[in-house]
Amino acid sequence: MDIGLPHYLAVGAALFTIGVLGLFVNRKNVIILLMSIELVLLAVNINLVAFSAFLHDVAGQVFAMFVLTVAAAEAAVGLAILVTYFRNRGDIAVQDLNLMKG
Amino acid sequence: MTLAGVAFYLLSAVAVLSALMVVSLRNPVHSVLFLILTFFSAAGLFVLLGAEFLAMLIVVVYVGAVAVLFLFVVMMLDVDFVELKQGFTRYLPLGLVVAVALLAQLVVVGGAWIERAGPDRAPLASVPGLTNTETLGRVLYTDYVLLFQLAGMVLLIAMIGAVVLTLRHRPGVRRQDVAVQVGRSRAKAVKLHDIRPGQGLG
Repeated sequence: MDIGLPHYLAVGAALFTIGVLGLFVNRKNVIILLMSIELVLLAVNINLVAFSAFLHDVAGQVFAMFVLTVAAAEAAVGLAILVTYFRNRGDIAVQDLNLMKG
Repeated sequence: MTLAGVAFYLLSAVAVLSALMVVSLRNPVHSVLFLILTFFSAAGLFVLLGAEFLAMLIVVVYVGAVAVLFLFVVMMLDVDFVELKQGFTRYLPLGLVVAVALLAQLVVVGGAWIERAGPDRAPLASVPGLTNTETLGRVLYTDYVLLFQLAGMVLLIAMIGAVVLTLRHRPGVRRQDVAVQVGRSRAKAVKLHDIRPGQGLG
């Protein structure tokens, strides 16, 4: 059987779902939360590149590059916030994150 | 099954399994390593699709920069990782419900789209006669030049933001101050004492 667009979409959907599942089960570890977001963005990239290849339109790959840029920026800022949060609180649990509640 | 088919199933199986490991492992260092494995497998899938440039970009940006940044932060923070995993089973049912609902929606939407679409064409990630990198470069610096510049701005702002967030001035740390150091004069720096023999400075 030839590998077609549905196969790649299935991989993308699986990775996206795993990423969202990771957001739910890791309430105490912000590092793994950020990694789950990276997984979600990777799934989006796989979908974009697969559509780009099978529809013969290069725009999908360009947008995958922009998604990559945003993912890198998000990781940098997210980890910086994490380091600051750890300095202030001494742990990285987000479960009871209500410092800014007032 | 062709070699490409075998490679696809192998790479996607490794990607999905290591993604599962990322979200379920106890030790974040292992999670980061499995995240790197996931990225490598995704890069392999991109190569299969013909998008070599993005595959290399994934390896360079994700594995070379983002994953190493994660590893660095994981090792820098002194966290008790055993207690971090508490509550995993508590939130698992809710997470599974949401995940299954999401997967079902994706399957329904994707299935409907695939049913409407015509027969599959062969994947083609580049303009015929050009390499993938040339193809991307031709549109990136012409049609998408504004978006390209804006992406650079996003990265610049993220960099400044990360530096501003993490920079702190600890008291008591001697810092370099070029103007003061260069402006030192002999009168301010050297003091002459007339010491009597045998007494010392006291």
